Amino acid sequence: MKKWLASTALVLSLALPAAAQEYTPDPNAKAGGTITITYKDDVATLDPAIGYDWQNWSMIKSLFDGLMDYVPGTTTLRPGLAESYEISEDGLTYTFKLRAGVKFHNGREMTAEDVKYSLGRVTDPATQSPGAGFFGSIAGFDKAGPDGLSGVEVVDPLTVKITLSRPDATFLHVMALNFASVVPKEAVDAAAGDFGKMPVGTGAFKLAEWTLGQRLVFEKNADYWRAGVPYLDGVVFEVGQEPVVALLRLQNGEVDVPGDGIPPAKFQEVMADPAQAARVVVGGQLHTGYITLNVTTPPFDKLEVRKAVNMAINKDRIVQIINGRAVPATQPLPPSMPGYTEGYAGYAFDVEGAKKLLADAGLADGFETDLYVMNTDPNPRIAQAIQQDLAAIGVKANIQSLAQANVIEAGGAGTAPMIWSGGMGWIADFPDPSNFYGPILGCAGAVEGGWNWSKFCDAALDAKATEADSVSDPADPARLAKWSEVYQGVMEQAPWVPVFNEERYTMKSERMGGEDALYVDPVSIPVNYDYVFVK
Amino acid sequence: MPAYLLRRLFQSALILLGISFVTFLLLFVLPADPVRQIAGRSATPATVENIRQQLGLDQPFIVQYGRYLGNLLQGDLGRSYLQKTQVSELIMSRLPATLQLMAAGILAELVLGLTMGIAAALMRGRAGDQVLMMASFVTVSAPQFVVSLLLLYVFAVKLGWFPIGGYGTLAHLVLPAVTLGILGSGWYSRMMRSSMIEVLRADYIRTARAKGLSRGRVVLRHALPNAILPVIAMIGIDIGIFMGGIVVVESVFGWPGIGQLAWQAIQRVDIPIIMGVTLVSALAIVIGNLVADVIAPLIDPRIRLR
Repeated sequence: MKKWLASTALVLSLALPAAAQEYTPDPNAKAGGTITITYKDDVATLDPAIGYDWQNWSMIKSLFDGLMDYVPGTTTLRPGLAESYEISEDGLTYTFKLRAGVKFHNGREMTAEDVKYSLGRVTDPATQSPGAGFFGSIAGFDKAGPDGLSGVEVVDPLTVKITLSRPDATFLHVMALNFASVVPKEAVDAAAGDFGKMPVGTGAFKLAEWTLGQRLVFEKNADYWRAGVPYLDGVVFEVGQEPVVALLRLQNGEVDVPGDGIPPAKFQEVMADPAQAARVVVGGQLHTGYITLNVTTPPFDKLEVRKAVNMAINKDRIVQIINGRAVPATQPLPPSMPGYTEGYAGYAFDVEGAKKLLADAGLADGFETDLYVMNTDPNPRIAQAIQQDLAAIGVKANIQSLAQANVIEAGGAGTAPMIWSGGMGWIADFPDPSNFYGPILGCAGAVEGGWNWSKFCDAALDAKATEADSVSDPADPARLAKWSEVYQGVMEQAPWVPVFNEERYTMKSERMGGEDALYVDPVSIPVNYDYVFVK
Repeated sequence: MPAYLLRRLFQSALILLGISFVTFLLLFVLPADPVRQIAGRSATPATVENIRQQLGLDQPFIVQYGRYLGNLLQGDLGRSYLQKTQVSELIMSRLPATLQLMAAGILAELVLGLTMGIAAALMRGRAGDQVLMMASFVTVSAPQFVVSLLLLYVFAVKLGWFPIGGYGTLAHLVLPAVTLGILGSGWYSRMMRSSMIEVLRADYIRTARAKGLSRGRVVLRHALPNAILPVIAMIGIDIGIFMGGIVVVESVFGWPGIGQLAWQAIQRVDIPIIMGVTLVSALAIVIGNLVADVIAPLIDPRIRLR
């Protein structure tokens, strides 16, 4: 039996209860107006196959579309360029029906050939896409090259069939990643290697101007296939600006959203002023900040030592260091992630208990170790707090404060006994529990150069993870229960000290409209440009 | 003179070659892998190796450097690893802003620095001298970030005389240039003061005074041209500093200069950009010094270029 899912809200909600409702537009929304967003860093690229930072992620989302998408302001999947999709019984074949009449910014109609081309392009090693690995479950991925993927088949101009080599519960999420955006071949070819500066998609906005190092201007795509959006006529991104200056300009009415958020030095001042605090939207974020303990390096090869470090860290104090812009963490998954274990207490702060565990491990006198940390504020300050907490149980941690690339190198090489993940902490690529496991806690990541900096590898947990992902419905409660077990299993062996889950504070100007959820959208940071409006 | 120039140009080329070698070597031994920055955190080891091969980063140092040099000699600075854009295009897009700020910044430094230096030399040992030298000490050691923000806050946010950062008009240029002028004036004023004091002691100054010339004429016509020589050499060095980038001032004022480009490239181990910016600023230092040396005999005929 095969089940067809139409894109209408009703049928979808019957088939996938978790992917419940479509978005109800704000009745007060008005069309028109141009907003200004600022950033300190220049925008690296707008090529959806290449862009992989929080700044360009939401920008690319507004220029391009993929087969799948999320309901604005939520982590709920909804169809994008696909009008409907069908999943075979064995979970190995996905057949997507495309919407008819969707046009690229260059005026040409999008077809199934474009989907095949785009998936082939992102997985072709010559593209050097940082997201290629997400498509590993598509058949033919191992032989990906200039000829495209054998697992992607064009059935007719509006139907595309994707065959997987193994069941993959996260496949629909993968199809919603920017990396799966549909791009027109002729525009990629015409850009001669620099598509990232000359992007052409099907998205709600098109790129109108890019003055390198200064500003980018997005202009409303009047032919956008989703009716009624975007509301804004345009978005101007000004780059190269200090967050403190962006805040001054916002107070002066020149900026609508400072993309880098409220600078730490100004945070208390802003929040103490009711007029300004009223324009700050707070929301959760799929992020965890953690300390990795390298299980292959003595004395962290001893479970007691890893547990002792877990008990020694005063997480509440670390949260205070970042002005309370986080909640203390007990487990690898952030609370808003499906699969999070409610009520799991983790390791409570207990200095005496930690000392006792160290004594049990034969290290009553403590030991000396290195704590690697990225050298930008507030991370060195957090590292100092960790250092003090460890000193209280007799452990002397020397802080190695380095540039991001050097910390990543040391983590990958396995030469760092402890790393504070700040600035490099895991933020989910998509809202699914599996995304916090494979690369950072699974055996696959525990290789030379991998992101599993604890070098933690437990075959039984890996097997359980694989089992959980063989289910084709990502929201299946049995699957989420399995993931919960996996992470509790991880915590029993304590390769990490989960420290906190960051919260997002987005500040906006007086004139910005749209519900709060759009300003803390889990996938579009800082805001969902397609749905916000000017009052 | 032509022979001198030719020799200097040859020396300059050697210096640039040396700088390119040392920078390339430093980036080669750096414990940070550009491939991992490109490949991202979800990449498989096979993908990482594939990218390494495509970029030729699996080759021994001498092969990589040889390739880079070969392309460089053809005027090709390569493409950015992460942006995929031509490095020359990225640098050229930032050059006008950098040159503008450099010219305005050096002008501000000179106006402030020379005035303070000359005044201090004339008031040598008195209270005015001490106040000026104290001021120069403060400006030299003042943090860039604080001075930039202070000026921006007072003159742009509070008084509204200038735009709050940005690039384009003369009004945008004033505050960053004045900031750089204040920050750099201390070096010039100290150098000008000591050089001036030395010159004022010289016999020809005493002669000039003795024959009854006015004090102003003695200082401006006789002392200044002789005292200014070391300052000109210093401008040559300053040009290099400006070309290498003034990251903090640029980012406070939202000035799209080369410093921001370099800083971000360093964070992301984007080697082609780091190499490109280093070479361009090294070239600027070399040219700056060359020009300073060529100008010197025009100001002081006693200097001969050999």
